[in-house]
Amino acid sequence: MRIRRGRVALGAGALAAAMVLSACGNGDDSASDSDDSGGQTEETQAEETADEEAAAPDAIQVEIGANAVRGGKNEQTAAWIEDYIIPVCTEELAANGTNVEIVFNGRGIDDEDFKSQLALDVSSGGGPDLMNIDGIWVGEFAEAGYTAPLAELAPDATSWDGWDQIDPAVQANMSYKGERYGVPSGTDGRVLYYNKALFEEAGLPADWQPTSWEEVLEAGRTLQQALPDVTPIQINAGVAMGEATTMQGYLPLLAGAGARVYDEDNSTWNGDTEATRDVLGFYSTLFTEDLSNPDLQLLQDGRDRSFQEFAEGKIGILGEGDYFWRAVIEPTVGNFPMADRNDVVGYAKIPAKEAGAGLNGQDFVSMSGGGGYVLNPNSGNPGAAWELLACMNSKESTLALVGDVARITQRNDVNAEILSEDPMLSFVATEVLPVTAYRPGFAIYPQVSVAMQEASEEVVNGSSANDASASFGEAVADLAGPDAVTNN
Amino acid sequence: MTKSQQETQPLPRVKEPAGVVVSRRGALIWLLPAGIIVIAFLIAPAIWTLVLGLTNYRLTGIEAKEPQFVGLENFENALTDPAFINSIWVTILFVLGSAVFGQAVLGFIIAWSIRNLAPRVRSSIELLVILAWIIPSSVVTFLWIALLNGQEGTLNTILGIDTEWLLRYPLLSIIVFNIWRGTAFSMLLSSAALASLPPSYLQTAKLAGASNWQQLRDVVLPSIKGYLITNLLLITLWTFNDFTPFLITGGGPGGKTETVPVFIYQEALRFLELGYGSAIAAIALAINFVIAMFYLRSSRRNAAR
Repeated sequence: MRIRRGRVALGAGALAAAMVLSACGNGDDSASDSDDSGGQTEETQAEETADEEAAAPDAIQVEIGANAVRGGKNEQTAAWIEDYIIPVCTEELAANGTNVEIVFNGRGIDDEDFKSQLALDVSSGGGPDLMNIDGIWVGEFAEAGYTAPLAELAPDATSWDGWDQIDPAVQANMSYKGERYGVPSGTDGRVLYYNKALFEEAGLPADWQPTSWEEVLEAGRTLQQALPDVTPIQINAGVAMGEATTMQGYLPLLAGAGARVYDEDNSTWNGDTEATRDVLGFYSTLFTEDLSNPDLQLLQDGRDRSFQEFAEGKIGILGEGDYFWRAVIEPTVGNFPMADRNDVVGYAKIPAKEAGAGLNGQDFVSMSGGGGYVLNPNSGNPGAAWELLACMNSKESTLALVGDVARITQRNDVNAEILSEDPMLSFVATEVLPVTAYRPGFAIYPQVSVAMQEASEEVVNGSSANDASASFGEAVADLAGPDAVTNN
Repeated sequence: MTKSQQETQPLPRVKEPAGVVVSRRGALIWLLPAGIIVIAFLIAPAIWTLVLGLTNYRLTGIEAKEPQFVGLENFENALTDPAFINSIWVTILFVLGSAVFGQAVLGFIIAWSIRNLAPRVRSSIELLVILAWIIPSSVVTFLWIALLNGQEGTLNTILGIDTEWLLRYPLLSIIVFNIWRGTAFSMLLSSAALASLPPSYLQTAKLAGASNWQQLRDVVLPSIKGYLITNLLLITLWTFNDFTPFLITGGGPGGKTETVPVFIYQEALRFLELGYGSAIAAIALAINFVIAMFYLRSSRRNAAR
């Protein structure tokens, strides 16, 4: 008996030791790739910096933080920074007398998680010198002091010659209250993608351009009858999809119903209105008629699942941005490559509810956004950080980022050269951008966005459009104050 | 935690030593290092949580720079927030299902049924159960997602069906997961408790003609009650505060697996409402305190008997 007990104790001891060891291992990992762990690691960090300084005596370390990683999310950006920006810009800055050591701190996580990670890093006095953030975060980051106007941090930025090449509408993406906070990395537009092979099987035209919501639903019903195994329509909804719900689903629908999320003339947010009920009604039709798969909206990896299913030919119509075309189903670098993309995938403008019922009386609508890089006020050397940012946005660097995969860049001179090579992106540039709309750059917008996601999720879960719209109106009133909401 | 563990175990009564070895002041000095650590890492953060809970502090926006004192508003909002009330119910079901009825019962059953097996067989079984416990959460959750995946998941492949387990049975999924994950601790503790039982008790009972069930009910359970209560206390608190289910379901779908810690995470770090999140964390702290008190009292009553 005694011996046996001893053995149990020994086993437990070994186990505890193993756990402590594995805990130490974890600790080391996290300390090396982020500096959000507080005071305890300060000493080791100081040592690390000292070591690096010993290696390169007068180089200033400049860190780029982006939600991009090799072999994962936004791989193109990660590869560009590591293979092009680091060698080329190190050399270019050295030629101008600034010796820098460029460090890339890349992630491949949910955008919302990346945002809270950055905010935590900066609020505790750390964070990368250059931060790649979404345009709609600029307001809340600026209000919190997590970034500051370029003119304040790097006065040289005001006289940069690159501004002439960037459209004011695109610059506004990275501005707040009339001041530039960063350099945008281009813009995008939203369309309806459709699978031409499935359309042909169902007897729908290969060259498809719906002119009303009803026509979209009709096409979905035709697909449903002809191809029972296919999900006819995927328009993002629900909280799990995050901003993808708002940008790809809710807001284009809202624009199609003729309303803006924020009415600048009256300074009010759109609440429980007819347009909101129209949007939620459209969602409701999708789910009550089984035209869309609710699971895709609720699963944690629902958006990736929708990408995969479209790439496998299991979804008929999908609302997405041009990102989907150039980064998801792109035959060589995409996450879910479609070898026959150019032949099989069609794209159409998103119609208004009825012809002429969209924003500004438009027949077709879209939403645009885009990210960019801002400076970190904690940066030890914002001047060097700005020089790097300018180098990253030169014509040559922008061309290098684009490579063989065209995208709508921030620079007009680059767009003029590359967009003609890709029919889809020239379609977006010439047909979609003229009818597009942008999100309001207010700090409160992301919370209103969550309320829209919640309203659409209620419909996914079976609520009526009217009920979901009513609770959306209340949610916005809670956020913005009852006087700043339109309900009718 | 260790303190409570010691208190709950039935220790043999020792007579007071004749002479006092350390003076009162000397004892205080010896307690000081531990006291400072407890204050710095336990009491101070708890108070700080409470203070943050009284503000509208956010991670971004103007409220990050200049948080305002809002009094008890966050607490009022929490107690009327259906999502928070839902998270309390989910947590209660999760704790009762996976810890109290799952891990504790299953752990004891395993310990009881393998106690007389050959040592080699016994330690192999124990090793298998412990493996589930010591593999890092990120790894096991990945395995469970692969197991329960609706498209070509392992379970569906075995059963030859097509069910989105994490959407159709979300709470059940994480309860089963947590039983699988955490039974090892209850099993180890029950094994140790059973080993501490003098064999003569059971032999006497057997000679008196007691059946297996009677031995269990009248001899074993009363003798190791203290251990079992300690076990229940620990696993209840752990499970209440467990965040691992988030890695499988993310709290979804529609909040069906949103336990209190997940709710706090969502509010504080997803929606960046640090003030509101802190208020809920303070409420969770109070609930933990009540649970601990409840168990400590019942174990003290047990020890006094």
